[in-house]
Amino acid sequence: MNNFSYTQADKAKDATAAKRDDKSAAFIAGGTTLLDLMKLNVENHGQLIDVNLLPFRGIAMTKDGLRIGALERMSDVGAHPLVVQQFAMVSESLLLAASAQLRNMASIGGNVLQRTRCGYFRDTAFPCNKREPGSGCPALEGDNRNLAILGTSDACIATSYPGDLAVALIALDAVLTLENAKGKQRQVPLTKFYLLPGTTPQRETVLEADELIVAVTIPQTEMARKSKYLKVRDRASYAYALVSAAVGLEVQGGVVKGARVALGGVGAQPWRCFEAEKMLVGKPATEATFRAAAEVALRGAKPREHNTFKVEMAQNTLVRALSEVAAA
Amino acid sequence: MEIQDKENAPTNVVGKPLDRVDGPAKVTGAARYSAEISVPGTVHGVLKTSTIAKGRIASIDTSKASQEPGILGIFTHQNLPKPAKTPKQIEKWRAAQSYLPMQDDQIQYAGQPVALVVAETLEAATQAAALIKVTYQADAPIDSYLDPKAELFDPQKIQQGKADGHVVRGNPQQAYDGAAIKHEATYVHAINHHNPMEPAATLAVWEGADKLTVYESSQNVTMHQGNLAELLGMPREQVRVVTKYIGGGFGCKGSFWPHTILTVLAARAVNRPVKLALTRQQMFTGVGHREDQEQTLRMGATAEGKLVSLVHTKKATTSPWDNYTESNGKVIDMLYACPNYSTVYELARANVMTSVWMRAPGEAPGSFALESSMDDLANQLGIDPIEIRLRNYAEHDHSNGKPWSSKSLKQCYKRGAELFGWDKRNPQPGQNRRGRMLVGHGMATATYPVHSSQGTARVRLFADGHAVVEAGATDLGTGTYTVMTQVSADALGLPPDKIRFELGDTRLPTAPGSGGSVAAGTVASSIMAAAQDVWEKVVKMAVADKKSPLYKARPADVKVELGRMFLVKNPQKGETLVAALGRSGQPDIEGSGTGKYGAGYETQKFSPIEANENSDDKEKKASGHSMHSFGAHFCEVEVDPDLGTIRVTRWVGVHGAGTILNRKTASSQMSGGAIYGIGSALMEETFRDPNYARYTNSDLASYHVPVNADIPDIQIEFVPEKDPYINLLGVKGIGELGMVGVAAAVANAVFNATGRRMRSLPMTPDKMLEALRLPA
Ligand SMILES: Cc1cc2nc3c(=O)[nH]c(=O)nc-3n(C[C@H](O)[C@H](O)[C@H](O)COP(=O)(O)OP(=O)(O)OC[C@H]3O[C@@H](n4cnc5c(N)ncnc54)[C@H](O)[C@@H]3O)c2cc1C
Ligand code: SF4
Repeated sequence: MNNFSYTQADKAKDATAAKRDDKSAAFIAGGTTLLDLMKLNVENHGQLIDVNLLPFRGIAMTKDGLRIGALERMSDVGAHPLVVQQFAMVSESLLLAASAQLRNMASIGGNVLQRTRCGYFRDTAFPCNKREPGSGCPALEGDNRNLAILGTSDACIATSYPGDLAVALIALDAVLTLENAKGKQRQVPLTKFYLLPGTTPQRETVLEADELIVAVTIPQTEMARKSKYLKVRDRASYAYALVSAAVGLEVQGGVVKGARVALGGVGAQPWRCFEAEKMLVGKPATEATFRAAAEVALRGAKPREHNTFKVEMAQNTLVRALSEVAAA
Repeated sequence: MEIQDKENAPTNVVGKPLDRVDGPAKVTGAARYSAEISVPGTVHGVLKTSTIAKGRIASIDTSKASQEPGILGIFTHQNLPKPAKTPKQIEKWRAAQSYLPMQDDQIQYAGQPVALVVAETLEAATQAAALIKVTYQADAPIDSYLDPKAELFDPQKIQQGKADGHVVRGNPQQAYDGAAIKHEATYVHAINHHNPMEPAATLAVWEGADKLTVYESSQNVTMHQGNLAELLGMPREQVRVVTKYIGGGFGCKGSFWPHTILTVLAARAVNRPVKLALTRQQMFTGVGHREDQEQTLRMGATAEGKLVSLVHTKKATTSPWDNYTESNGKVIDMLYACPNYSTVYELARANVMTSVWMRAPGEAPGSFALESSMDDLANQLGIDPIEIRLRNYAEHDHSNGKPWSSKSLKQCYKRGAELFGWDKRNPQPGQNRRGRMLVGHGMATATYPVHSSQGTARVRLFADGHAVVEAGATDLGTGTYTVMTQVSADALGLPPDKIRFELGDTRLPTAPGSGGSVAAGTVASSIMAAAQDVWEKVVKMAVADKKSPLYKARPADVKVELGRMFLVKNPQKGETLVAALGRSGQPDIEGSGTGKYGAGYETQKFSPIEANENSDDKEKKASGHSMHSFGAHFCEVEVDPDLGTIRVTRWVGVHGAGTILNRKTASSQMSGGAIYGIGSALMEETFRDPNYARYTNSDLASYHVPVNADIPDIQIEFVPEKDPYINLLGVKGIGELGMVGVAAAVANAVFNATGRRMRSLPMTPDKMLEALRLPA
């Protein structure tokens, strides 16, 4: 870890301006991603701008849906009655993540910006295109068990976002509110927020250097209420997903009227399965339908030596999640 | 005076579930672990380690690093002072790894230290280490025995020459060829790392050039002292090693590793006390590991399932210099009544550090192979897994022909089956469902040998009724402080809170470290022997003291129990040790004694051999018994047939391990063994990249150890067992027993649940899913 300076911002403008003026600066919220990577010398920031005093708080229903301040903590959001009752998959994705201690520290804004758990990325002794563009990707022929099978490129096969919350958010068409140094706000849907690796795996999101995440808003729908986040992992708790599924259904008279489907652990970014959703709508809510949708969802998957299992595991996870939501 | 016979000895606190005496100090933070100790002037050391696994250092640039504030020294192979001897030249104790880094520009494994920075603050040292620029000339490394470049060789001897690489008993090949039932299977074990909570740490304090104190996270202070003295060319008494508390070790702190040596050398050079703690990442390449390995077991049996032959081979990765590999064969040799047996080890040199013993070394992976194959055999014959084990029950040890000193395995099977409800198990695999989950029940045998050991202790009884008891043992966090307090309390007839037990310092009487499950039996016996020394002295005082009820009695007619001396023929007549001592006007009285554990005890007690022959091997030969503890595990698993996840939902362990000194700490040990075993069975695996021979998951988020949610309620019982041959108190070690057989019990339950036999550890969901896809 290198030496750095630390400042606390109490106005968004101070934070964003400071960040704009110092290329080496980074915002720090809970610090649970940032400090780890700094200790590993994967990120070397000269200045940390603490954003925790900014007023990006609150969990409340608005006309656009549930608005959650970017600085709310994972544990508080996950346990909030509105979230539990109206956005089941969001609550579950938060409470199944990390550990209680981490959830108490970690913020919603920081969560969507957490970085890959690819072991090569996290160890500067290895080459890694994401960390050092052009240096190579040892994961292609190495430890790729936890990495992605959809949306990857020859440059990078990481699950760039390895976590859970954004999978649920992307399924539910959530929208991020961003604010830049000019004080200007813009709305970016999660589906447009992440970038596929292509030849530039170092670029992970559309967030500009001087932009802060202010809030996330999740439209309120029947599919958000009747939903589930199912996470498969190597141990019963405190592990990243091998595969996860965020699904929501609106079923009337045994027929699917609307569906929201996303996968975690398999995509180069949180993976929204539009095709699968399309094919679910209008079909009977049966296991056969779900199986067919699951196959569509994994179409085009490009597994590697150690993660071929993810195709079948992801399909089965989807079928299980959809069946359980349909039966609930 | 009659020496107390433990079989008839009343106990007051021994065996009771006494709370840990060191508990309050630990939860309040008063207990200081090695890295938490500071002496005035302490400065900090940080290692920089190699990024490549093979090649040489082309250049090291320390110019930027040396500009950090408060840098006291930057050591590399170019300027590190040379020790008097290298680890390879140390004869008596031996380091696990004979290779000492930073002696030249060669790189032999990833994570090998290349520089050590000493600075006034940890932050400056850390920063400076990052600023050192090292360039390498890299060669293609060999990553494991599976590497196409690797060459398997026959090491002849394994474990640093301590064990044979070939063992043959009878005519195993012929017996196998002629067997009615033949079973052959290969078992794979992933690389495991010990991962104790407390990272390894050293604080080296020199007083002048010829006196050294080292606060080390050591499972064996005597070993560290002996090694350091030889390495530095100093008399042993000039080196003091102190370890008051250890946050777990599992074997990785029981050896002499480079970080300790480098810290001591740097401290002498900068003339300041230097503290160095490995980072979690460095723990993966600093203190050994359980090696990647595969074993093939060929099992021949009669049509009734009686074993006629066990042919075992093992392939494993070892370092460029040492021939270490776990002795998996031992347990296969001794567990069942089988007339023919052989094992052969093959190793391949790779660019990895030397692996080292890790909880139940040899027994853990060996029992996975044996107990999985036994389960197959039972299934093939359509008989119960317990029945197959009873048909092959070893009434004596077939590996050496000796009778057991004690063995309660049948009782363990019986009691375990009762507690578990084994009779309700459906023997038909894949038939048992709970909702969507496939449910299975499995069992396996546990065993661990009694390794010979000896140690000394000192007891100082004060006239005011308290005592200080000392032995240079260690407490891994498992309860040595507590159980030795209990043993001392009963030996002196004092309440436990009147005992202060001190350990973890080479200034104390020499005792064994915590390893090979020898500590409890040895140290408890030493304390008992030291207490007896005190008894003898006080009895002598009493019989000469007019005021004593024992005045003029013959010492031979006096017996001591729970701190009270009395006439054997008239037990009413007597008094306590403390009462007699109090009248004497002497403020305290001291005794010391040597306790033996295992073969040494038996030969000493039952067939004394010539003093000059008194070596371990001779003792073992002379002792008439084979000494082991035994137990049985029973478990239930739920397997998700769609997702491949395996969860252990019930666990019962019943063990026979001689005298149990503390029911609570002993049960915790056995639960801990089961948990450690479940970890290796279901999730623990370090991935070494095939091209870089470097680990890709060196942290506790990626190297999975079990969390609470992985572990069900664990029920542990001990069957009563008396063993007069093993030591003064009949104590068998339990540190490793609880882990042996655990992985097989889980795999056997998985087989019962799914009809799929999992032979590669860990049994992660991907492997389970793949097995489920294939026909049963
Ligand atoms: C051991 C471990 C296990 C974990 N397991 C899981 C898991 O199972 N599932 C899961 O989903 N997550 C998991 N996580 C990740 C965890 O959820 C994230 O680390 C956490 O959510 C990040 O939030 P933070 O507030 O601590 O972010 P920080 O570390 O403070 O910041 C992360 C990044 O976001 C930036 N940032 C923070 N806030 C803002 C903002 N408002 N605007 C713009 N930029 C911002 C920072 O500059 C930084 O680049 C785990 C983490 C650890 C360490
Ligand atoms: S997969 Fe991506 S993050 Fe991992 S090594 Fe390759 S480029 Fe780096």
